Amino acid sequence: MPNTSVAEKFRSMDYGAAPEDPLESLAWLDRFKRRFGHFIGGKWSVPSQGRYFETHDPSTGDKIADVAQGSAADVNAAVRAARAALPRWQGLTAHARARLLYALARQVQKHSRRLAVLETLDNGKPIRESRDIDIPLVARHFYYHAGWATLLASEFPGHQACGVVGQIIPWNFPLLMVAWKIAPALAAGNTVVLKPAEFTPVTALAFAELCNEVGLPPGVVNIVTGDGSTGEALVAHPDVDKIAFTGSTEVGRAIRRATADSHKKLSLELGGKSPFVVFEDADLDSAVEGLVDGIWLNQGQVCCAGSRLLMQESIAVALTKKLQARMAALRVGAPLDKTSDIGAIVARVQLERIESLVAQGVAEGASCWQPDVPLPSRGLYYRPTLFTNVHPTSVVAQTEIFGPVLAAMTFRTPAEAVELANNTAYGLAASVWSESVNIALQVAAQIKAGVVWVNSTNMFDAACGFGGYRESGFGREGGREGLREYLQPGWLRTRPPLRRRAAGGRRGAQAVEATKLIDRTVKLYIGGKQVRPDSGYSLECRSRSGVLLGETPLGNRKDIRNAVEAARRAQQWGSSSTHNRAQVLYYVAENLAQRGKEIAARLAVVVGRKQALEELRLSVGRLFAYAAWADKYEGVVHSPPFRNISVAMNEALGTVGVICPAEAPLLGFLSLVLPLVAAGNCVVAVPSALYPLVAGDLYQVFETSDVPGGVINMVTGRPAELLNVLAEHDDVDALWCHGEEDLCAAAKRLSAGNLKQVWTNEGRRINYFNVREGEGRWYLEHAFQVKNIWVPYGE
Amino acid sequence: MTRDTQQRLGVGERMEELPLTVQSSRRAVVAQLQGRALAANAGTALNLDWVDSVRVNTSAVERRAATLIARRTVKKDWQIAWLLRAITCMDLTTLSGDDTEERVRRLCAKAAHPVSDAVKATLGIQELPIQVAAVCVYHLFVETARRALQGTQVRVAAVSTGFPAGLNALADRIAEIRRSVEAGADEIDVVITRAHVFAAQWQRLYEEVAAFKEACGTAHCKVILGTGDLATLRNVARASLVAMMAGADFIKTSTGKETVNATLPVGLVMTRAIREYCERTGMAVGCKPAGGIRTARQSLDWLALMKEELGQSWLEPHLFRIGASSMLGDIERQLEFHGSGRYSASYHHPLA
Repeated sequence: MPNTSVAEKFRSMDYGAAPEDPLESLAWLDRFKRRFGHFIGGKWSVPSQGRYFETHDPSTGDKIADVAQGSAADVNAAVRAARAALPRWQGLTAHARARLLYALARQVQKHSRRLAVLETLDNGKPIRESRDIDIPLVARHFYYHAGWATLLASEFPGHQACGVVGQIIPWNFPLLMVAWKIAPALAAGNTVVLKPAEFTPVTALAFAELCNEVGLPPGVVNIVTGDGSTGEALVAHPDVDKIAFTGSTEVGRAIRRATADSHKKLSLELGGKSPFVVFEDADLDSAVEGLVDGIWLNQGQVCCAGSRLLMQESIAVALTKKLQARMAALRVGAPLDKTSDIGAIVARVQLERIESLVAQGVAEGASCWQPDVPLPSRGLYYRPTLFTNVHPTSVVAQTEIFGPVLAAMTFRTPAEAVELANNTAYGLAASVWSESVNIALQVAAQIKAGVVWVNSTNMFDAACGFGGYRESGFGREGGREGLREYLQPGWLRTRPPLRRRAAGGRRGAQAVEATKLIDRTVKLYIGGKQVRPDSGYSLECRSRSGVLLGETPLGNRKDIRNAVEAARRAQQWGSSSTHNRAQVLYYVAENLAQRGKEIAARLAVVVGRKQALEELRLSVGRLFAYAAWADKYEGVVHSPPFRNISVAMNEALGTVGVICPAEAPLLGFLSLVLPLVAAGNCVVAVPSALYPLVAGDLYQVFETSDVPGGVINMVTGRPAELLNVLAEHDDVDALWCHGEEDLCAAAKRLSAGNLKQVWTNEGRRINYFNVREGEGRWYLEHAFQVKNIWVPYGE
Repeated sequence: MTRDTQQRLGVGERMEELPLTVQSSRRAVVAQLQGRALAANAGTALNLDWVDSVRVNTSAVERRAATLIARRTVKKDWQIAWLLRAITCMDLTTLSGDDTEERVRRLCAKAAHPVSDAVKATLGIQELPIQVAAVCVYHLFVETARRALQGTQVRVAAVSTGFPAGLNALADRIAEIRRSVEAGADEIDVVITRAHVFAAQWQRLYEEVAAFKEACGTAHCKVILGTGDLATLRNVARASLVAMMAGADFIKTSTGKETVNATLPVGLVMTRAIREYCERTGMAVGCKPAGGIRTARQSLDWLALMKEELGQSWLEPHLFRIGASSMLGDIERQLEFHGSGRYSASYHHPLA
């Protein structure tokens, strides 16, 4: 019988349907009767309030399963299970933990297709992506971290796990985010309570089953499903030691505020509006494919999606034409079809958001272009979209759309490309395309982003840190830098809390009679100049016995503003050579030593002679230490399984506000300021509240030591007030606060505005006189942010 | 090369002085690219600026080649249709030192009946005219092949110009082309002097290919770049452009004798060069991967590459060929499986 079907296809040469058969995966769902409880303490448990919610296949709207709605009680049960499991988990040998992580990797591989199909069903992403990208990366993450579990003690001496970790993940890479969160946490010896996204809980639950299959001790991994309220309960739980969150910047801010009053360590991986920069000497065809991988991966629902195309003017027309031709060949269709390039948008609310932002873009006058590709008749689909005639002021150029929408702009010079690339509140990722190693690396270094892909995009690997600058969050996932987020110095939580000092002195000390000295006017130190405070007021500074030692300016919000501006102007310090920075610090040491006696004598009146001499001795030593570190705290070259060089560069944070510890006015100041300055940051420091007069001694030393103006600024005054201004200042990139607990809490809470990184002493008494606690890598780790630059090579 | 030819090709003149697009709008449309009608390639002047501006990022090309074939697949009846199409785009090839006339006749018989009637019957495709595009042989067997293929649509292609090294004297190589054309070859597969690429002597390469093209006359000129020898993708792209400017009807990857033959990244670079050339000149050039293509799956990958990067026109034998000898057997086995539901053995299928 003639088969007209074949003949017709022979002529049309269409692709036809190529559906992945979901039967095995559906049978797995049926095994659970399509109803899932929480996974707590190794067992499936019914939600305490008996409530379930539905999760759907966005390509059809069909219900996949009922999933437990987690209450505060459920979260509490999970946290208790995680806490109870901690001793047993940490009691295992490193090798035993490594074996379990290895077993998880194997188990993921053994069930890789089930996991891929479930992911595609629940999320709507094309099966090609879940099969070829998500699930292989999940397995890789567990393999890689099995290695860290083995090497932990030797590679992170003196560190310990945070404890119980609460993790909240988004819906765009559901299982991959499970792996990114759980693998490092377990490798470092933590136990976890993880809340998957409401839209996509299924693969996390499938993963829970794998945990039992490999014999992971009960309670080491707990999965509580639910909506935002479940996440809130987890964030608020008092017995959680760390929160790791991936999601929107808005929720990240809320979590920052919610955890401010606790000692919870926090890492946030948030939104982005990542630039995709194409220079005229790029391989344009490959750049176009880069955009396909950049903005049309996972329907553009990717935090690091290259959503802002920056094209050099000379190639803009050619590139746009190529891009449109390529877009016309994209296949939008059933996620389970192996030939779909673009699947379904995760949920109606997300589709509506995309539609509304695109409508705004059109209303603003940007040109919107979509290829005439067919869409399935039902399900949540959106065509790949290109906006041209876009300006930095456009909504579509500023707002994270989280959809398959690309906004294209042009630039004239590399400098302008960098300026446009950095013209965003975000700083997650960037892609730079040029065949010139000079341009590519120069621009990669200048873009403010945690990940920069040269001639590539959306490359991920467990060995490389991922995470953002600015309002894209802080902390890294992957690599050595990612593991640090789940570790802390072993001694830290043994230190007692700082108590608020009573005003005035405790012990009798020899007072210097003010009248015997020439009147000394200590000023603020801003931009390399001694300046009077804006307020025109001064504060008294008294000795321990209550003798008036002098007066310090009462700095206010305007002084902080001026100091931050001075620091911004001095950013050149960050790109000065490390050798140069070391030289300056050595010179400071020299001059401090020279004037040490008189400085110590004045300090002695406040802290006693013994401490003053000790502070002086250690301060000179600390200066030498950070001069040494300045050119030795080096980045690493990661080894992901690709032919490329991926460099984890340590970059300065920028401008850092510093609230210095009160108790060691000289040494405490230098303990915080020196690592920052050695790292290339500019600081606005609020000196010890106990003895702010130390500023007067310090700036004289700095002035005579070639410290460039604006690198170290000092504003005296009421620390709590000045802290508020620093924390709320959007042009301050990070804030270090060593003080009492309420001061630390305020620092964290108020910094949520621009999500600046905050590092505190957790309100604990840190012994700056002990080198282990007061100096070295722990400080430097917080003085830098890690930028991973991927440079594939090969001709 | 005659003065006429030199003038037509604008050898030695600077490109800016010549319009890029062929003026001959009367020429027949041979292809469509993104809705634009394309004529057969008549060549252009050598444009060195264009050659110099070539950028190829190897890692990115490799990623695209790897993901392209993971993004596209064909199943069931579509797969049957695509495999049949692959057969019709095949240059069934024998290029061995032990070739004989009888061997060539056997190959020609297979070329005319690549799929057995029994298999066609089980697939219900008796009415489809399935023949390979061409047989590809040494000059010595052109006459034999031409006779054996009389009454079929199968064309005769001869490898020429001192194949595979291509290092004979230019006059000898051109004479060789002429002899094959006279012997009745419809297509001539010529090889370039790779040294011209290594030395970036684009003018010499251009003149060489232009001379080959002229010698071919109405026979199709398929230019073998020797991509395995050229080593870098940038070289492949530049050589592709120069060959097209010089008038190549097809650009072809390999002789099949290099250690590395037709790889997908090379194919991707060549298809992109073809696309660029088509867009800028309005003329179409065919693509022929050859060497190392042995499986049905590979044939589907190459078809998908053509469809994605160039479009439907490049799924036709006048613009796409696969040079292969053993691939047909694998395709036959797949086709039999589709018809019977049973996995096939190679001895079920007549030898080529």
